[in-house]
Amino acid sequence: MLENVKEEIQATLKKYPVKKSAVMDLLRIAQREAGGHLTREAMDEIAVLLEMQPVEVNAAAKFYTMYSVARPVGRHRIWVCRNISCSLMGSDHIMKHLEQALGVKKGETTSDKKFTLDVAECLGSCGTAPMMQIDDEFYENLDAKKIDGILKGFK
Amino acid sequence: MEKILLKNLNNPDAHKIDVYIKGGGYKAFEAALKLQPDNIIQMVKDSGLRGRGGAGFSTGLKWSFIPKDPTIKKYLCCNADEGEPDTFKDRGIMDWDPHLLIEGMLISSYAFGASASYVYIRGEFAFGAKRVQAAINEAYAKRFLGKNILGTGFNHDMYIHCGFGAYICGEETALLESIEGLRAQPRKKPPFPALAGLYGKPTVINNVETLACIPAIIERGPKWFSSIGPEKSPGPKIFGVSGHVKKPGLYELPMGTTLRDLIYNHCGGMLTAKPLKAVIPGGVSAPMFTAKDLDTPLDFDSVAAKGSMLGSGAVIVMDESTCIVKMAHIINRFFSHESCGKCTPCRDGSPWVTNILSRLEHGDGRPGDVELLESLCTNIFGRTFCPLADGAVMALRGAMKNFREEFLYHEKHKRCMV
Repeated sequence: MLENVKEEIQATLKKYPVKKSAVMDLLRIAQREAGGHLTREAMDEIAVLLEMQPVEVNAAAKFYTMYSVARPVGRHRIWVCRNISCSLMGSDHIMKHLEQALGVKKGETTSDKKFTLDVAECLGSCGTAPMMQIDDEFYENLDAKKIDGILKGFK
Repeated sequence: MEKILLKNLNNPDAHKIDVYIKGGGYKAFEAALKLQPDNIIQMVKDSGLRGRGGAGFSTGLKWSFIPKDPTIKKYLCCNADEGEPDTFKDRGIMDWDPHLLIEGMLISSYAFGASASYVYIRGEFAFGAKRVQAAINEAYAKRFLGKNILGTGFNHDMYIHCGFGAYICGEETALLESIEGLRAQPRKKPPFPALAGLYGKPTVINNVETLACIPAIIERGPKWFSSIGPEKSPGPKIFGVSGHVKKPGLYELPMGTTLRDLIYNHCGGMLTAKPLKAVIPGGVSAPMFTAKDLDTPLDFDSVAAKGSMLGSGAVIVMDESTCIVKMAHIINRFFSHESCGKCTPCRDGSPWVTNILSRLEHGDGRPGDVELLESLCTNIFGRTFCPLADGAVMALRGAMKNFREEFLYHEKHKRCMV
């Protein structure tokens, strides 16, 4: 499956004096190519490419929260920040509203596979709390009305 | 005060190299290339600059620990992991002024002889990572990076390494492990990274804000820098204010600005008529203050003298509607989630503490829970490899010291006081 992104992988390998260092970048690329989660096959392919043991690739992947190891997710992944600043500014209400609007509980994926709703620890956007991240974008200073508008924007 | 670090905050074009150069950018690097590397290290020492990541160690001194042997490869790693909850200052520089960071990194690398550098950016900062990568590409095109930079014979390559959601990567040796492709668990020190760091080579790890101070120190001189703020903790500092204030956000002010001045003048005061109950002065690991501490100057030594720490300069303001037990629960839940699993007191102790706080918070507290928390703090603090668990304990102890009655109320009455 990494055939399609050969050039991107080559560019990544050039960044480091040892192959193993590219494991995080390659896992990120593989997750993106598979539509949001890491498959065993892709991780085994990375192990061969980087001359690592599959268990080492697995250990790296499982260490970081943003990799979704063998857990398929929706087309868009929503992360709702729940750390202190967002909590002080009402992140509990934000999560409740999202759960109602999407008809899922946190950690679940909508039946049309459009959204996966997850919680996140501090995302570093505390001056504009409460906030959430959808895919690579930050959405800040949220309220229920704003959230409804944001969700409508996703086809 | 004239802004040095945040002068381009929200300036829509400042991230482009032509705009940066037009505003005087890369002049400090060009000037630095004409100086002896040792003189630059001396200037940074004389400026009194202390690391803005939280530890407050002398930056010039850190650079001076790197061996002088030119045949040994050396690395600079910029710590842009910005994981301490409620910290969002480095993002302000990476998103809006990435060339300021790159210029600081180049001067630093020239000073101690690093031929390559990595910017370790947390995975959530996709926008910032794109901005910094675009800026690196521009800098290569203008020959500020690459081989024989500006005809001086100095070579330097710069890369981005993206994290993917792990707080521990902000710990400098865990950061190195992460770049090397391993699970990001802290290393034993010594050897310190200055002797055996990335790939076993001498390495300096500096925070984004620290590096962003460097161009101004070269251009304006160490005396100018050391004249700002307190003598032992000088310079401009970015404070990231969040929580119950009218105008949360980033504020660049002299070190030593008081909490009161920051909250009531710069941030416009409390969000509503409710008075201030507690304030965390430096990211969630820092023990919380109350209204009686508002006249504390925000610099490394003054905050430490009051029993807390300046840390990353993330100031979290809480009004009287805030339940401190809930806050303590959120903080400890965070640390127990982020424990890397290496040391037992942290791996097993932090979730234990979090469970107790969770039951207190949700009305299931048991008699003796508060005492049990105190005993757990004693058994965790100072018994781990890195300061992650210490941060969790410091935060909890700070909360229990100032608001013990609230914890006891939760334990006895199974509900919240506020």
